[in-house]
Amino acid sequence: MTRLPKSLIIGAIITAIMVGAALLSRVWTPADPTGMNIVARLKPPGAAGLFGTDQIGRDVLSIIMAGAWTSLGIAVVATVIGGGIGTLLGVTAAAKGGRLERLVMSFNGVLFAFPPILSAILLGALLGPGALTSIIAIGIFMVPVFARVTRAAAIQIWARDYINAARMAGKGDARITMEHVLPNISAQIIVQLAIQTGLGILSEAGLSFLGMGVSPPTPSWGRMLSESQTFLDAAPHLVLAPGLAIAITVLGLNLLGDGLRDLTDPRRGQNG
Amino acid sequence: MTQAFKRLRGLAGAVMVLAVTSLLIFVLIDAAPGDPAEIMLGTSAQADTLAALRTELGLDRPLMVRYLGWLAGVFTGDLGQSYTYGVPVAGLIGERMLVTLPLTLMATVLAVAVSLPLGVMAAARPGKAGDGLASLFSQVGIAVPNFWIGLLLILGFALNLTWFPVGGFPGWGDGFWAALWSLVLPAIALAIPQAAVLTRVTRAAVIEVTNEDFIRTARAKGLSRRRALWRHTVPNSLLPVVTMLGLQIPFLISGAVLVENVFSLPGIGTLAYQALSQRDLIVVQNVVLLFAVIVLAVNAGTDALYARLDPRLRARK
Repeated sequence: MTRLPKSLIIGAIITAIMVGAALLSRVWTPADPTGMNIVARLKPPGAAGLFGTDQIGRDVLSIIMAGAWTSLGIAVVATVIGGGIGTLLGVTAAAKGGRLERLVMSFNGVLFAFPPILSAILLGALLGPGALTSIIAIGIFMVPVFARVTRAAAIQIWARDYINAARMAGKGDARITMEHVLPNISAQIIVQLAIQTGLGILSEAGLSFLGMGVSPPTPSWGRMLSESQTFLDAAPHLVLAPGLAIAITVLGLNLLGDGLRDLTDPRRGQNG
Repeated sequence: MTQAFKRLRGLAGAVMVLAVTSLLIFVLIDAAPGDPAEIMLGTSAQADTLAALRTELGLDRPLMVRYLGWLAGVFTGDLGQSYTYGVPVAGLIGERMLVTLPLTLMATVLAVAVSLPLGVMAAARPGKAGDGLASLFSQVGIAVPNFWIGLLLILGFALNLTWFPVGGFPGWGDGFWAALWSLVLPAIALAIPQAAVLTRVTRAAVIEVTNEDFIRTARAKGLSRRRALWRHTVPNSLLPVVTMLGLQIPFLISGAVLVENVFSLPGIGTLAYQALSQRDLIVVQNVVLLFAVIVLAVNAGTDALYARLDPRLRARK
């Protein structure tokens, strides 16, 4: 039996806990994440809840749990949509080559010039802030990332002998891509999905920190950090909890991605 | 195909990418709600005054004419007037770059200064304590949002220890050192995620080169481990590190927008963000173009440098 990489196990556990918290928050949180209680405001962790209370007396743990749903939801949707479009572009470029491939790569170049914050500033002017703006802004950046990775991986598959055999059997580009190329690069795609979802979480947090993400009262980790700035001196616990939540979730997804990569490509595990 | 033709095609491709990017920015901003004339004069302005201003600003011309007019302005340095500040956008951007440019440069220098020795140390003895430390640093550094690092640095070094200002920027005119000092914490916040990525890449690159034949030859000739590492391995490992530095530029720019916000620095990120909330869309449009051009230029530059640093790539072209 092959031993599972340590990073895979740790990453999977962290990710499972975070996803679990996000799902649980849909049906249960220790307190109402939007319930104000001015008397119990800015209480440190302890009697007033595991992570204390915020500036209007809401339970921080409950907001963190509900925020997990927001962050993970936006990051996953953006990554899956952007990754899907990028993968389609990447495998098409690899299959067709020539002018189409150059066109796709130039298009990639254009998209790559727009990091999520920049797209969000541009889209924010057009659509205003919100979940949709965040998803599009993050998704746009995922397209060139996935296109690049899948194109490189697919080109290697296209050079194999069994592709020639499939060709001789009369299969077309699209069918070869579906039956032979995609299944053989699926490991790389899954690894990227994990790692890029982590990046999506960081981006979503950044957008809501700037006020360009989901609007209140929808809980979000980034906005919690933004609001904590005013109380940095009086209530430092408000800075710690959301920041840790972001960092741990991203760390978990990165470890999961690394572990999956080591599992599918053992050579990389030794060399880093 | 000749080299010259390939180079020409590459150049044409870059120009096309820039043209499409700028058109995209222009069309999106143009479609955004908010009438510049109304923003400048206020909602209570008379209809004929608004119309006159619209004509003066050229807003009644067709989209393509306005786009080409803007592009011509980009090349001559006339980016138009800010709707809210009433000053030339080019001057506004130039002024704010005096904060953002030193900030990002400082962060890059810091990131390289930390990651290069750390990555090499990790690669020199894989699996040992130093390697573990480096990999812990890179895993955590990549996962931590830079604006959170900024908040923690303020909490620790500005509020508690009072070594640094909590935020703000005194301006270069009020003394070079005070201005530089106010950029130290923001630069650290911006540098940590960069350093984390670079440490990882440096380690992997050094390990890969260590396994190459020419390093074995150098060692067989009697070169000490240390000498072989610094004379042969490290210089030959720099390529992926340089590439990664280029690929990190979009993240550096995004990071600057966030970190400037945390430290209330009057940089270009703050300008873009404030312009957005004030619907000063001409500023947004020009800042976004500037950022996109920087990203594209650095990418093209990285590719060119790549070919220069690795003669094998030139031969293969």
